Amino acid sequence: MRKSTFTALAFSILVGLPTASLAGSEDIVVEDAWSRASIGINRPGAAYMTLRNTGTEPVTLLGLETPLAMMPDIHETKTDANGVSSMAPAGEIIIPPGESVSLEPGGMHAMLMRLQTKMVEGETFPLTMNFADGGKLTVNVPILGIAARGPEG
Amino acid sequence: MSRRTLLTYGAAIASMLALALFIGWWQVDGTGAPEPVAQRPLPLTQMEFQMTDQGGETVGPASLLGNPSMVFFGFTYCPDVCPTTLSDISGWLDDLGDDVADMNVVFITVDPERDTVPAMAEYVSYFHPAIQGWSGTLDETARAAAGFRASYEKVATDGHYTMNHTASVFLFDADGRFASTIDYHEPREFAVPKIRRVLARAEEETS
Ligand SMILES: [Cu+2]
Repeated sequence: MRKSTFTALAFSILVGLPTASLAGSEDIVVEDAWSRASIGINRPGAAYMTLRNTGTEPVTLLGLETPLAMMPDIHETKTDANGVSSMAPAGEIIIPPGESVSLEPGGMHAMLMRLQTKMVEGETFPLTMNFADGGKLTVNVPILGIAARGPEG
Repeated sequence: MSRRTLLTYGAAIASMLALALFIGWWQVDGTGAPEPVAQRPLPLTQMEFQMTDQGGETVGPASLLGNPSMVFFGFTYCPDVCPTTLSDISGWLDDLGDDVADMNVVFITVDPERDTVPAMAEYVSYFHPAIQGWSGTLDETARAAAGFRASYEKVATDGHYTMNHTASVFLFDADGRFASTIDYHEPREFAVPKIRRVLARAEEETS
């Protein structure tokens, strides 16, 4: 009796905890990821994608990681009443349940600062998203031409 | 509710009202007042600046007279706004086809320290062949921006820098008169008719 309780407890720790601690990020689906090729490695790159939350809980994206760039971050471009554009870190991004958040030209982008290698058209690079619940999601982002306008080129 | 609680509520409401009034004042009259909306660029004939194009030729506002023009500011170390603008423009030009054969399309860098003539030449080569890339000295860049009523600012980012800058596209007729502005990432269905109107004006004048 005591032994079976102990086994059940151990089982719940092993199996129950990891799923309990991931509150929603496993329900994130990444669609239409794309980026532009770079000229050398001195200029920062940018990547775009749509994050869709198929779950029932809001999910918070905290940051990015990639072997391609030492300082990846999510930026938001803003244009003021005078038509002057500037970009700044977007901070945490909350994806409400059943909704999508798009990183796209004119809005947010994954800013890839301090490129370690050149972004070559036709190749892909892995980009990992870190979520507030501890979950991580890695996607392979296709690198399109420098003049690409969207995921279709 | 006791008299004391009522007083506390009353005080809270009064201070909230005061705060709301202050915020209202700050937005309308205080330092939070919105900046005045952008001024119109000067006619090209009243601008004075000298730059070098992607082929090494000396150019300036007078080089644009005789054909309608589309001019915008940016820099090649710009990861989002500038490639988006250049690829949007490439798309508009593709749509307009032969109609824009004579149009001047000029990308002026606000970051001539990094955007040398060869850097601009390489960068514009990836976009529509009509797009020229002009770069000048810091002084000439400031004079050009002043003429277009464009602004730019260097912003430090962790050992490097980026540039905030006017991201609108300016349209001029063949006589150098300012015609209209296309906003950053304005949808094609609005941008293309604006360009067509400048082209139509040029045709009317030549016929
Ligand atoms: Cu950025």
